[in-house]
Amino acid sequence: MQRFDLPSYEFGFFDTGPPVYSTPKGISEKIVREISAIKKEPDWMLQKRLFALKLFFAKKMPTFGGDLSKINFDDIYYYVKPTDKQGRTWEEVPAEIKNTFDKIGIPEAEKKFLAGVGAQYDSEVVYHSISTMLSKKGVIFVDTDTALQKYPDLLKQYFGMLIPPADNKFAALNTAVWSGGSFIYVPKGVKIDLPLQAYFRINARNMGQFERTLIIADEGSYVHYIEGCTAPIFTTDSLHSAVVEIVVKKGARVRYTTIQNWSKNVYNLVTKRMFVEEEGIGEWIDGNLGSQLTMKYPSVYLKGRKARGEVLSLAFAGKGQHQDAGGKAIHMAPETSSVITSKSISKDGGRSSYRGLLKVHKGAKKSKSTVRCDALILDDISRADTYPTMLVDEEDVIIGHEASVSRIGEEQLFYFQSRGIPQQQAEVMIVNGFIEPIVRILPMEYAVELNRLIQLEMTGSVG
Amino acid sequence: MFTVKQLVAEIDGKEILHGVDISMKPGEVHVVMGPNGSGKTSLVMSLMGHPDYTLRNQNSVFGIDGRQMLGLLPEERARAGLFVSFQNPVEITGVSLLAFLRTAEKAIRPEEKKPLSDFKNEVKKALAAVGLDESFLHRSINEGFSGGERKRAEVAQLIVLSPKYAILDEVDSGLDVDSLKLVAHAIRDIAKEKNMGILLITHYQRILDYLEPDRVHILVDGTIKKVGGIELVSKIETEGYATV
Repeated sequence: MQRFDLPSYEFGFFDTGPPVYSTPKGISEKIVREISAIKKEPDWMLQKRLFALKLFFAKKMPTFGGDLSKINFDDIYYYVKPTDKQGRTWEEVPAEIKNTFDKIGIPEAEKKFLAGVGAQYDSEVVYHSISTMLSKKGVIFVDTDTALQKYPDLLKQYFGMLIPPADNKFAALNTAVWSGGSFIYVPKGVKIDLPLQAYFRINARNMGQFERTLIIADEGSYVHYIEGCTAPIFTTDSLHSAVVEIVVKKGARVRYTTIQNWSKNVYNLVTKRMFVEEEGIGEWIDGNLGSQLTMKYPSVYLKGRKARGEVLSLAFAGKGQHQDAGGKAIHMAPETSSVITSKSISKDGGRSSYRGLLKVHKGAKKSKSTVRCDALILDDISRADTYPTMLVDEEDVIIGHEASVSRIGEEQLFYFQSRGIPQQQAEVMIVNGFIEPIVRILPMEYAVELNRLIQLEMTGSVG
Repeated sequence: MFTVKQLVAEIDGKEILHGVDISMKPGEVHVVMGPNGSGKTSLVMSLMGHPDYTLRNQNSVFGIDGRQMLGLLPEERARAGLFVSFQNPVEITGVSLLAFLRTAEKAIRPEEKKPLSDFKNEVKKALAAVGLDESFLHRSINEGFSGGERKRAEVAQLIVLSPKYAILDEVDSGLDVDSLKLVAHAIRDIAKEKNMGILLITHYQRILDYLEPDRVHILVDGTIKKVGGIELVSKIETEGYATV
């Protein structure tokens, strides 16, 4: 179990060096133009950004979920560029940035496990490598800025196709100021055995991180993409608002795993969507541990016959945190199936909400869906709620919905104690047992990391 | 020595035990019998330190090898060498029996640093001794276990953790004749090997055919009414508790 040896986990660290360049605080047409100009973008992207900016100003804040009233859009940096250099090998990455990555454990993870790494530091991808094996197969794995320069046709076709800026205020914001993120194209029939991975990290005071990820899995291909996040602690609010679009073509399969641990001041407002075509499989595994407020509902649009979608959502809400998470499944074709599983843990006054949508269009005959949400509440001051929505326009379907709320029982704790295991350790084991169905399907080093993060959240220390 | 003196315990403000005395040497088997509601399970729970039970008497003593257990947390009592097998052990989802026992073993004997592979073999042997197959190693504790499997698993835990003194609360109920024999032999063997003291709470004579008691305590209405040898058991079997 020691393959992924995390350094002693401290989230308070951040590098002191100044960013090389950042736009002034606040958002305006001037700033959006400046971002686009720095990146030397084609005009069509600038126009997209400007159009999205108008929508952002026009759109109202969401009225559901958590409290967004404290976000001050004028007090955020929308673009920060820490370095001009794009590293291909680890040696080329600047020492200070390396230092931060070392604390997270990226090099070890890469050496042992990964086919390619795209690590995002502030707004710009500074380090990116892709194995020659993948290049030979025709796989593209680059940051999205690079993709825009090198593969403009693919970007033009797919960028914003799944999540147009008009979708919601934060999708509009992301489209206007996006920077970085990963772009992946997997050609027909190519199956990537090892997971591709990227780490994201916010490391400048008051800056927003607006990465944009686009994955296209061509017919019969397979890819598993993992992002892991951890961020230093700041004294002022921070905003993370990403957009992830994934196209799963006929017979292809994509799994997208997120284990994130944003620091407790971050607003984490992310839109994630997959289109799944005939006989394709789309899977979201979404673990939310940090942030002050997360609003995230990864969705699967099952567009072709026999398409399958799965959402596994895990949330941990500690003191001062609100995790508003869940999943959406939209059945648009016959014989489609979906499974949404949500597990949440609330502790020390934290609040977790399951928010889900199941929609079945007329004609999506013989479709199946199962929704299961389990909440575990660790004390009397914490809270869990469920907001499921079902819109079913087809009669020939099978739908199951189960929900449970439980507390750690005194008898369970006593049982552990009677075997010599102290109460706090017992709670950690019970919580880890509760999330085991999700941890089980993670790559091993992520499972280890997640268990450690849970232990840290529960006891304040690891080991 | 396992010493209980003047144990007075109450639950929800109601006194259940009115001054219980039991004294047992290492390697001995003692039996506590009594009618329903006489306080048997309260005795077990208050000795293990269940938070629902409060002690009324300042003079109450529960000593293990001279060390006062009252006032200690349950886990501290476990580390001092006490074990309880529960009548209705709880289910713990997602925590395997192996992980649970490994954590318990490390908590109870932190100095041993036994390799996991050795430990795993010990658990396998213990499961075999009570007639459970290896699949139980990785199953969630007690989840989906039958009544009999739960009892067997409790005894397997007893074997692995090998305490100085074990209190077995109706470990024989819910077991058929053959299972009972197997489980009783497993208890007898580990007790003999480790010179363990066993306090057996039971309703039935059957298990005593395999585990010969050194002493029999009859608990009625929260008080030990009578102490004697095996002959007390047959007397109760024929005449009931009314005669004691």
